Amino acid sequence: MALTSTIGIGGEAATRSVHDQLTDARPDRTGFVFRLLLLGSLGVSLLVLAILFYDVVTTGAGVFTDRAEAFLSGSLRTKADAAGVFQAIRGTFWIGVFVVVFSFPIGVASAVYLEEYSSKGRLARFLDVNIRNLAGVPSIVYGILGLTIFVEQLSGITGGRSLMSAGITLAILVLPIVIITSAEAVRAVPQALREAAYGVGATRWEVTRGQVLPYALPGIITGTVLALARAIGEAAPLLLCGAVTGLLPGREGLLDPSQLQDRFTALPIVIAEWARNPRAGFSEIAAAAIIVMLVIVLAMNTVAILLRNRYETKRS
Amino acid sequence: MSDVSLQPPQLQLSDHRGDPRRVRTEAIVKALLTGAAGISIAISAAIVWSLAREAFTFVTQVEWSTVLVSDGWFPRQGVYDIRTLIVGTLWVTVIAMAVAGPIGLGAAIYLSEYARPNVRKTLKPVLEVLAGIPSVVLGFFAVSVIAPSVVQRFTDAGLFSVASAGIAVGILSIPLVASVSEDALRSVPSALREAGYGLGAKKITTVTTVVLPAAVSGLVAAFILAVSRAIGETMVVFIAAGAAGNQAFEVSPTEPGLTLTAAMATQAQGTDQVVGEALTFQSLYFVGAVLFILTLVLNLLADRFVRRVRQAY
Repeated sequence: MALTSTIGIGGEAATRSVHDQLTDARPDRTGFVFRLLLLGSLGVSLLVLAILFYDVVTTGAGVFTDRAEAFLSGSLRTKADAAGVFQAIRGTFWIGVFVVVFSFPIGVASAVYLEEYSSKGRLARFLDVNIRNLAGVPSIVYGILGLTIFVEQLSGITGGRSLMSAGITLAILVLPIVIITSAEAVRAVPQALREAAYGVGATRWEVTRGQVLPYALPGIITGTVLALARAIGEAAPLLLCGAVTGLLPGREGLLDPSQLQDRFTALPIVIAEWARNPRAGFSEIAAAAIIVMLVIVLAMNTVAILLRNRYETKRS
Repeated sequence: MSDVSLQPPQLQLSDHRGDPRRVRTEAIVKALLTGAAGISIAISAAIVWSLAREAFTFVTQVEWSTVLVSDGWFPRQGVYDIRTLIVGTLWVTVIAMAVAGPIGLGAAIYLSEYARPNVRKTLKPVLEVLAGIPSVVLGFFAVSVIAPSVVQRFTDAGLFSVASAGIAVGILSIPLVASVSEDALRSVPSALREAGYGLGAKKITTVTTVVLPAAVSGLVAAFILAVSRAIGETMVVFIAAGAAGNQAFEVSPTEPGLTLTAAMATQAQGTDQVVGEALTFQSLYFVGAVLFILTLVLNLLADRFVRRVRQAY
């Protein structure tokens, strides 16, 4: 009894001494400061976001309280207090349509080819490198492509400097994003699923259509939505494809397809133009147009992130 | 016994060949998918062709003294001093990286090494939201907040300057630096960290002397990608740097300036209305070609570094 307690006390002292030597009882000041700095860099990002949203909302809110309907349904004007964004919303809407119609099918088909059909040889590697490089080409260079091919060479079809030229150009711009994200989603499909389908005699296309694509669909949709959000916020290529920054005649409705071969404008274009304009009143309408665009873009991003999270938790 | 013979069904050659309709569908689908994949190659070819044609005209016909030693970018007067654009681009890139480099790396180290999983899950979306903000919005932000309350507080710059554009481009690049760096840090095997701790190293020692050196290729890749992104960013500079198509040679970042991208944007605005010198239109393509080659080289370089990380672990 006495012996064991002696050992206990001695053991405790020894443990404490070893513990002190190992851990160095002084607090780790540099470590703490380092950690604080790291957290600070996330904090700065958060702060910038907060200031940005606060600034945009406080600057632009007045436009909505004063004349929300006139602003949303009005046309481009040279006077800030009469200008509206309807034509810009219309242009942005059609650009979105072009992205969905062109990028989605071609992107998914390319991804399926790369992941399911190609023999993973040199050609596949070349395609892969090519797509990743396309994703890194500056957006204004895509504008050059649009200007040369769609505005000049194919002006008979597109109408030259037109909504159609711009829409196809932006569809091409985001195509690499759709391909890369769709390919990732297809790659994540479990091999067992494919083997089971092959085992009962399905052809490659039947496996792809019946098993792979349904399983990969949430990931593919996430990628497409992100690409769409990117296209809607993109302005640089539109400048080269004939986006109008001054006055835009014509008052076609939102869905009227006859406007596809006409000059156009879009939300990021009017934002850029108004933000550049130092005269009074333009900063307010720029902020108001940003609110309209951010509502659209952030809603899309949120949908994409939610879809992804849901499908990640479902799979794990 | 043997008269209950179980005859296996006689398989014909056609049974192995499969239903001709399914075979045909398969061939058609394969051709369509291959065609779709080929479109990306056609796009690359089209980009190179678009740039090369007019850029070649420019390179062969331009008076080279107007490109290399004159003093300013006045494309409509036949003065194409590319140095003006290079200096502007350099300033924007340097300022952007001074902002995005440390902040992006810091955020990446925190998320990868320090944050508990649930903390990470709440903080990471901050960067994702930032990544989703269109660049025109950052351009507006540069003019309405960064210029008046940051740049003008410390310098005598005007509302439109290269410095405020650079800071905004930096903010835009933070998520890119952070996400590529974080991927690199997380791909460092935990055995390396545990070896550090096993030797009695503190967390900060382990992070700075074990994890960061092990991930250095990926961090370099993140940096290069961000530089490429900053060089290629158009709208922020177009809005916030305040140049209007013409720009005298200028080395001060607190003055208005022009980058390669912004020069193209301002010039494109008027391509259908303004008839300038013979090569005004072609200069747009020349600048585009310079920009394309520059970013392509950087992207290929970054790709190399990323692949090195993947091979190492």
